[in-house]
Amino acid sequence: MSDTFFSGAPHWTWFIILYFFVGGIAGGACFLAAVVDWFGGPEDRPVVRTGYSVAAWGAILSGALLTIDLGRPLRFWHMLFQSANVPALMFKGWSPISFGAWAILLFGLFAVLSALGGAAEEGRLHNPALRAVGGVVQGGLAKVVGGVAGLLGIFIAGYTGILLSVTNRPIWADSPWLGALFVASGASTGAAALILLAPGRGATEQSLARLSAFDTKALVVELLVLVLFVASLGSVNRVWIGFWGLVLLVGVVGLGIVAPLRLHLQRRPLASAAKLVLLGGFLLRVATILASEGIERYRVAAGM
Amino acid sequence: MPEPMGFFTDTTVCIGCKACEVACKEWNQLPAENGGIRELSGDSYDNTRRLDGIHWRHVRFIEQFKGPYDGRWLMMSDVCKHCVQAGCLEVCPTGAIIRTEFDTVVIQSDVCNGCRACIAACPFGVIDINPVSGTAQKCTLCYDRLKVGLEPACSKACPTDSIQFGAITELRTRAQKRVDQLKSQGVKAELYGADPNGALGGLNSFYLLVDQPEVYGLPRDPQLPTRNLAMSSSLSVASAAVLGVLALVGLRKRRMDDMGGPGEGGSN
Ligand code: SF4
Repeated sequence: MSDTFFSGAPHWTWFIILYFFVGGIAGGACFLAAVVDWFGGPEDRPVVRTGYSVAAWGAILSGALLTIDLGRPLRFWHMLFQSANVPALMFKGWSPISFGAWAILLFGLFAVLSALGGAAEEGRLHNPALRAVGGVVQGGLAKVVGGVAGLLGIFIAGYTGILLSVTNRPIWADSPWLGALFVASGASTGAAALILLAPGRGATEQSLARLSAFDTKALVVELLVLVLFVASLGSVNRVWIGFWGLVLLVGVVGLGIVAPLRLHLQRRPLASAAKLVLLGGFLLRVATILASEGIERYRVAAGM
Repeated sequence: MPEPMGFFTDTTVCIGCKACEVACKEWNQLPAENGGIRELSGDSYDNTRRLDGIHWRHVRFIEQFKGPYDGRWLMMSDVCKHCVQAGCLEVCPTGAIIRTEFDTVVIQSDVCNGCRACIAACPFGVIDINPVSGTAQKCTLCYDRLKVGLEPACSKACPTDSIQFGAITELRTRAQKRVDQLKSQGVKAELYGADPNGALGGLNSFYLLVDQPEVYGLPRDPQLPTRNLAMSSSLSVASAAVLGVLALVGLRKRRMDDMGGPGEGGSN
């Protein structure tokens, strides 16, 4: 039996699952937006602007979810500053929650700036202060800010998996692949969110087709990493015999990866494939987190 | 600086009286669970079942019975191991978890914000949230009592000296003597966590066991959570690199598109 079965469950449940899902989408969409911002053409601007908006709102929502999940929400700032020694910073480079707290703050900052730049570009900002900020984040500066946001974004999508691995819990600490898996899922769900939302901001058929072609590849990578993840679990895989295994197999692999892959390849309507990808990304977080959360140490010790 | 202090728990003399559990609850003013209405386990005389935010000591009952007259009880008073390399302390993002001058590990309740990283990080399942404070809590090895020269409440209350408190070096010598004594009587006794070169640099609360560690709910080879950091990060970076290349190739502006030619990214 893996030694991980003697640890305690941290009660990371729905707020954290939602955060991992939203953070993945926001991070993935931001990363793709930045790539398109740097290397795409002028006709791709709607995709770029949508991506930065998704990133900004996602970062804000992520911060809110993380804060309300705390046992003492008003002390959220203890992760950023040494509470008894303000203004000394609190930072532990080897603790994913610690560097994650900083990353989400910086990601939020750069994503909001990029989103304001994008909104100003469209002339959608009416508040003078916001318009002034958005007006500054244009041209070369916008590219740099967006690039930083994109790099932070892919980090946000993936560090949540590393965070789970840097514990002593069953499944999470039994495989080194969760971070890589969440990166891939962040990319696929980020692309899906763009496919669904970018048409509202005037994205061309061509940009959407490219996104869907990328999403197809991201799904293949995700499936590959998922197989490696399960293979690396070895004997721990017996935890999947049950409800969460079913969710993983039917929900994540079947509905979330294989079905949209088929739709993409058959060139069916992009939106339905994208919705399935989002569902799969959500169920991936649900299954990986709750399967481990449900393992109670005293039952293991008692041989139940 | 005082010497490293800790517990040596000799499980062979534990009688399961739970005096330590009670003394700990009283001294640390830990609340009753569920208003005192305790749900019985139903399959064991052990109704505490686990350590958590309001149970900093737990007398584990291990009932090894083949038939009504054929078996034995193993009893072990479990507690935070005050690991020399502590996983909880390693990951705590607020700095709430500290190492004291007694080489013990303490959670400062006024700093903790209840993120629960330490719960998942501890290899032994020691920590949990105390619902009254909303923060993570566990044994402090009675830091407040040590400060004024008192011994911890649990070891003070233990009527059989199953829990012994003292300087770690001295406890180790005493424990080895006891192991030798038991072995000479034909008992398979082993120390768990007494080796400073062993897992986690040794445990400042170590045990004498007469069965496999797993039987007592203890991991055979407890490890630090950061053992996974390098590998997990590298694979994540690799995954990001692959997707980055795919995105770059797939999403960049193509000349074919400009000319309206049929490309992979062409309209469909
Ligand atoms: S036993 Fe657990 S709670 Fe105690 S010091 Fe070690 S890691 Fe921390």
